[in-house]
Amino acid sequence: MAVERNMALTGQPPKSLNTKQKIGVLIGMTGLLILLLATFNLNLPNKAIWLTLSLSAITAGIIIFSKGAYDKKLEGIKNDAVWFNSMSSRGVLAWIAGIALTGFYVILYFFADLLGLGQGADGTNTGLIALFDPLSYAFKNEQASQWFVYGTLYTIAIIGFGIKFIMKYKHNRYEQLRTVSVIFFQTAFAFVIPELMARLNSDTFSLPYNDLKNMWPLNYYAFEQWRVDQFINAQTIGLFFLILAVLMIFVISPWLTYKYGKRWYCSWVCGCGGLAETAGDSFRQLSDKSVKAWKLERWMIHTVLVFSVIMTVATISTFLGYDSTKYWFTKNAFLISVGVFLTLLFAGILYYKRNQLNKSAVAGASGFFIFTIAFLVLISFIDLSQIQIQAKYFSFGLNNKSYAADSALRAFYGFGIGSIFSGVIGTGFYPILGNRVWCRMGCPMAGILGIQQRLFSKFRITTNGGQCISCGNCSTYCEMGIDVRSYAQKGENIVRSSCVGCGICSAVCPRGVLKLENDNLEGRINSNEILLGNDVDLMDYVNNK
Amino acid sequence: MEHIVIIGNGISGVTAARHIRKMSDKKITLVSAETDYFFSRTALMYIYMGHMKFEHTQPYENWFWEKNRIELKKGFVSKIDHQKNQLIFEEGESLQYDKLIIATGSKPNKFGWPGQDLNGVMGMYHKQDLENLEKYAPNNKTCKRAVIVGGGLIGIELAEMLNSRGVPVTFLVREDSFWNGVLPAGESGMINRHIKNHHIDLRLGSNLKEIISDEEGKVKSIIIQETGEEIACNVVGLTAGVSPNIDFLKESGIELGRGVKVNRFLETNIPNIYAIGDCAEQHEAIGNRRPIEAVWYTGRMMGETVAQTICGNKLEYKPGHWFNSAKFLDIEYQTYGWVFGKPKEYEEQFHWIHQDDTKCVTVSYHKETREFLGINTFGIRMRHEIFDKWLTEKRDVDYVMAHLIEANFNPEFFKHFEKDILNAFQKQQTINA
Repeated sequence: MAVERNMALTGQPPKSLNTKQKIGVLIGMTGLLILLLATFNLNLPNKAIWLTLSLSAITAGIIIFSKGAYDKKLEGIKNDAVWFNSMSSRGVLAWIAGIALTGFYVILYFFADLLGLGQGADGTNTGLIALFDPLSYAFKNEQASQWFVYGTLYTIAIIGFGIKFIMKYKHNRYEQLRTVSVIFFQTAFAFVIPELMARLNSDTFSLPYNDLKNMWPLNYYAFEQWRVDQFINAQTIGLFFLILAVLMIFVISPWLTYKYGKRWYCSWVCGCGGLAETAGDSFRQLSDKSVKAWKLERWMIHTVLVFSVIMTVATISTFLGYDSTKYWFTKNAFLISVGVFLTLLFAGILYYKRNQLNKSAVAGASGFFIFTIAFLVLISFIDLSQIQIQAKYFSFGLNNKSYAADSALRAFYGFGIGSIFSGVIGTGFYPILGNRVWCRMGCPMAGILGIQQRLFSKFRITTNGGQCISCGNCSTYCEMGIDVRSYAQKGENIVRSSCVGCGICSAVCPRGVLKLENDNLEGRINSNEILLGNDVDLMDYVNNK
Repeated sequence: MEHIVIIGNGISGVTAARHIRKMSDKKITLVSAETDYFFSRTALMYIYMGHMKFEHTQPYENWFWEKNRIELKKGFVSKIDHQKNQLIFEEGESLQYDKLIIATGSKPNKFGWPGQDLNGVMGMYHKQDLENLEKYAPNNKTCKRAVIVGGGLIGIELAEMLNSRGVPVTFLVREDSFWNGVLPAGESGMINRHIKNHHIDLRLGSNLKEIISDEEGKVKSIIIQETGEEIACNVVGLTAGVSPNIDFLKESGIELGRGVKVNRFLETNIPNIYAIGDCAEQHEAIGNRRPIEAVWYTGRMMGETVAQTICGNKLEYKPGHWFNSAKFLDIEYQTYGWVFGKPKEYEEQFHWIHQDDTKCVTVSYHKETREFLGINTFGIRMRHEIFDKWLTEKRDVDYVMAHLIEANFNPEFFKHFEKDILNAFQKQQTINA
C-alpha cells in the first residue's frame, strides 16, 4: 500500500499540527536559533540572559508542543501516525535531524574549536561555548568547556522530552515513575552534583568529575591512572568514591540486577538510557527485529565488552607495573586475580547454567574467554608502555602522533567506542536506526548486566495465557529489537539479556498480555508448544513430550 | 511422502502447518489468494492508524517458510474435486493432495441492503478491505463522513481507525446499547459513553435502510430505517458480523451448514478433508460455545488439534474454559468463563464500576451454589492462568472476590481496586441477604 509521507507541518489528521503545537515548535526553534547565532559568533551582550532565554524557550517549546499533542486526548496509547510522520518513519525530516545530530557530535568530539572553545584572547571562549560561561561560572567558577555545553543540553533534552513522555503516558504509572527517575538521576547525579563538587577542588584537594551512577565499563576511563591517583590523593573521601566504584561493579549492581533485572539501571538510572527513553522515544519503532540483527547484536556487544575488559586490564596493569612502588597492588597480583576471577565465573556459569545455554552461546563465550586469558598472559610478560604505535596507520593519516601501546589501546577505545559508537552513531543516528543502537549493540555495561539478567535475575516479562493475537505492537515498539511477539504467541515468558524493562511492550499491548515482573526463579523460562486455553490433555501431552 | 494441502494462510492454517512440520516430514502446501505471507488480521487496523506497517503484522520473517519447508502457493481455489483428491484454481490449474485442511476463515456479512455493492462500501476483514479504505477514506477531505453499520468488535475498531484520521463517524448500532447481546447492561452502557467521549456519533437502535449512490456509482448517503434520516457520507463500513467463507465449496459434496460441518475431530463428511477455524461448524455446540467460533485463539487451537490427528495421534477438539479479549477504543476488555449479557436464570451478577467511567468488573456466579462462573473486566488486566485454575477448581465467588488481587495483571505501580471491589461486593451481599 502506498502510504503517503508528508513533510509539511500542516496536513491531514493525524499528521497535522494544531495551533498549540505550532506555537510550541516556534518557541522551541527560537531557543535553538539563539544557540545557532551564538555558534556563528553573533555577539550577544549579556550572555546570561540570552542563555536563560534560549534554554527556557527550548524547554517551554517542548512542553507546549506536548500539551498540544496530548492534553485534550483521552488517556490511552498515542501511536497514531507514527509511521506516517516524516520524523518518526525515516522520512526527509528524520534524515535531516540525523545528519544534524551526527554533525553536532563530530564537531563536539573532534572540532570543539569550531564551537568557540578557547578561541578568544588568553584562551577564553567565544561562540556557543562562551554563551554557557555564565552558567559554568555559577556552578564551579570556571569557564565552560564543550562538555559542559553538552551536559547542559543533554540534561535539558531529558527534562523536556521526559515531561513530554510523562504526558504521553498519563495513564501509566510505571512509565511515569521511570521517567521521573531518569530525569532525577541525569539532573542531580550526572549534572548538578558533579558540577558543584568541582567547586570544592582547590590546589591541595581535587576530585575527578565523578558521576556516581556512571559505572565502569560504561565509564571506560573509570580506572585510568590520573583518576585513581586523584581519588587516592583526596584521602578519605577519594578512597570512599574509589571503593564505592568497585562495590558498584561487584556487589551493588549485581544485587539490584538480581532483584529487578537490568532495568534498574538501563531505563531508570542510566544517562544514555535516559536520553533514549525521552528524546529518543519517537524513534523506538525503528529498531531492527530480524534474527539477523539479533545475531549481529550478540557478537557486537560482547566484542565491545571484551575490548573494554582488556583495555582496562591493560591500563591498570601497565601503571601498576611502572609505578609499582606507588600502589599496594602489584601488576602480577592484579593480573592473576583478574584471571582467577574470570575463570571461576566462566567455569561456574558453564557448570551451573549448562541447561540454559545453547551451543552457539557456549562456543562464543569460550572463544571470548580464551582470547581474554591469552591477552592476560601476554601482558604479564610484556610492558605495553614500552611499545610504540604509530597512530597514522590506524587513523587514515588524521593522527600522526605515536603512542605507547597501552595509551594507544585507550585512545582507540575512547575514539572508536566512546566517541564514534556511543555518540556519533548511538545518538546521532536515533532517527534512522532507532534510539537504543548503542545500548543494544555496543554498551559493555549493558553486556554485563545482560548476562546477569539472563542467568541470575528474578526479572521476566510474563505472558498472559492464550490471550495473544499476534498483532505485533509489542515487537514494533520494542526499542531493543526483541521480537516480543514471538514469545507472547507461544505463551513463553520473555527472558532476554537485552531487555531494558522500559515496559512499552506491555503498555501498547491491546489485549493485556504482557507484564514486567520480579518473581521466583523457578519456571522463569517456560517454553510451551501449546498455550493455555486448549484441551488440558493436549497441553500436557505436547508440552511434556 | 504424504502431501498436506491447507487452504487459507490465517492463524488456523498456519498453526496447523507449523505443528504438522514439528511432528512430521510430510509435504505441506499453504494456499492463499489474499497475501503471499501470513499476517495478523487483528492488526490490520493499526496499519491504517499508522501504528504499524504491513510488514510488522507478519509474525514470521519471510525466510521462515522455506526454512521449514512449508510451500506457499498464491491462488484462489474455485473448486474441490474430492474424488480425484485435487483442488482446481480459478485459472484452471490443479493441485493434488493426500489430506486437505480447509481454513478459509470468514467474510463480512451483507444482508441484501440496497446499494451494498457500491464503491465506497466495504467490510473490514481482508487486506483488500484495508486497501479499499485507504483509497476511499485516506483523509477527512476525501471522506467527509463515514457511516458504520453494525455494533460489534469490528465496527468499533473501524470507528477508531477512521477517528484517528479525523474522519467524522456515524455509528449505527441495531441494539439499544452497544454489543449488549454479549455485554451486561452496566458494561455496555460504559462503552456507549466512552464511544461518545471520542466524538463518535453513536446511533443506538438504528438500522440501515439503504445506501444511496451518486452519478458515478459511489456512495453519496445512507438512510436510517427508523427515522428516515438521510446522512451524507463517502464511505460505508459494513460490520454486521462475519460468516464462513465457503461459497467455493457449494458443489463440492462436502457437508455444509452455515460453515463446513465437522465432528469433534474436525473431520468433514469426506475422509481426508478437515476444516478448522472460523469456517468450521461443529455439529453440536461445545458447552456454552457457539457452533461456529470466529475467534483468533479458537482458530489457533483447532490448528494445534488437527495437526495431532493428521500426524497419527487422533484427537478430539476440546477447548478449555472460555476466554476472550478485545479493546474498545482506549478500554481493554478481558473475559474468563461465562458472563452473559442477559443473565441466565441460574446466574447472579455483581457489577462494580469505577467513578472515572473507564474501569468496571462484572462477576457471574451461581445463585444457589455460589460457584464462580466467570468475570468480565474492563480497564483492569487480569491473569488468564489464575481464572482458568479457579474455574477448574470450581471455586465459589466469595473465594474469588477475596483473592482477586492474585489475578491482577496490570503493570507495576498501577493503582489497585481489589479492596474497593470486595467492599462493594460485600455491601451488595448484605443488602441481598
